[in-house]
Amino acid sequence: MAEAKTSPLPIEQRRPLSPHVQIYRWSATMAMSILHRVTGVALYAGTLLLTVYLFTAASGGVAFAQVSSFFGSPLGLAILFGYTFALMLHVCGGLRHAVWEAARGFDPVSRNLLAWGSLIGAVVLTALAWAGAYLL
Amino acid sequence: MVELALPKNSVYGPGKVWPAPADAKFLTEFRIYRWNPDDGLNPQIDTYFVDRDDCGPMVLDALLYIKNKIDPTLTLRRSCREGICGSCAMNIDGQNTLACTKAIDDVKWPVKIFPLPHMPVVKDLVPDLTHFYAQHASIEPWLKTETPAPEKEWLQSPEDRAKLDGLYECILCACCSTSCPSYWWNGDRYLGPSALLQAYRWLIDSRDEGTGERLDDLEDPFRLYRCHTIMNCARACPKALNPAKAIAQIKNLMIARQA
Repeated sequence: MAEAKTSPLPIEQRRPLSPHVQIYRWSATMAMSILHRVTGVALYAGTLLLTVYLFTAASGGVAFAQVSSFFGSPLGLAILFGYTFALMLHVCGGLRHAVWEAARGFDPVSRNLLAWGSLIGAVVLTALAWAGAYLL
Repeated sequence: MVELALPKNSVYGPGKVWPAPADAKFLTEFRIYRWNPDDGLNPQIDTYFVDRDDCGPMVLDALLYIKNKIDPTLTLRRSCREGICGSCAMNIDGQNTLACTKAIDDVKWPVKIFPLPHMPVVKDLVPDLTHFYAQHASIEPWLKTETPAPEKEWLQSPEDRAKLDGLYECILCACCSTSCPSYWWNGDRYLGPSALLQAYRWLIDSRDEGTGERLDDLEDPFRLYRCHTIMNCARACPKALNPAKAIAQIKNLMIARQA
């Protein structure tokens, strides 16, 4: 790196970029924001699985039996559980954003309540959905 | 563009551990980002020990202790030492704030200090704010009028004046904009929380008559709409302002205009 002393590059281009995501302290609103994005992407894949399920259900027979048994397997159940949680988190995140879009809930207490509330809401809704599925 | 990793020339490593002052009873360790444009090396984290019995209570006091008594090459901006000039904005203990108003006892030790995040570094804790200031200028932060100027001043009711509270106090320290992941990834085109808070300050000024053109200028997928309410801005602001809320209010002005 000693050659940088005589680097032909002007100083503006040799300047390092200061550290950012590596050093910044996480907060609830920051974490929930990125989780909203991540679950949004995950739902694309989940919706594809749902489409496969419905498609084979409509066609019936062997394909449906295979898909059904996959979704009944531990791996299939884990994927379904993850999909349910991602869906609920995204729904609750959407509600959180609806509040903020009305320019409400920006003070420090409210914004953290909304962030944690959407996470807790998603956990509760997921538990309810699965309890309901097993009880019915 | 989202680039999580630092460029090759920006990756930082361990640096020098400076000897602790002799005979000190109460030492606090500081780990500080250093980069020297003249030595051709990558950034380093230097370690210093501050004698707390010989130093004021704020992080800025400790930085000046280091500069005066341990290492005069440590480079930082500072001026007013009372939170009104915005010069000593930096990342302390993982959060952007002013070194002069942040108490050493209020952060985790060892105290980790970096320049404002995702900015070109001029030297050590001094970032290049040229682009940040240009963005502020781009929102035209002055009163725009079309009606003929009154004989005396432009009058404003106390109620209308109150609408500027929580906006006019901005000191342009850049803590908010450089805390924003959206600004990190799209700072070339996204105006960022600071410039947008100032944009809103002029949008809702009852005396300003440039509202239409101001909104036209902001109606852009990047300049305004890269705010995803991550809220790092509001958490970082050393003046307890709320840029995220100002941005939401600009978005509502856009909707109100369409209706």
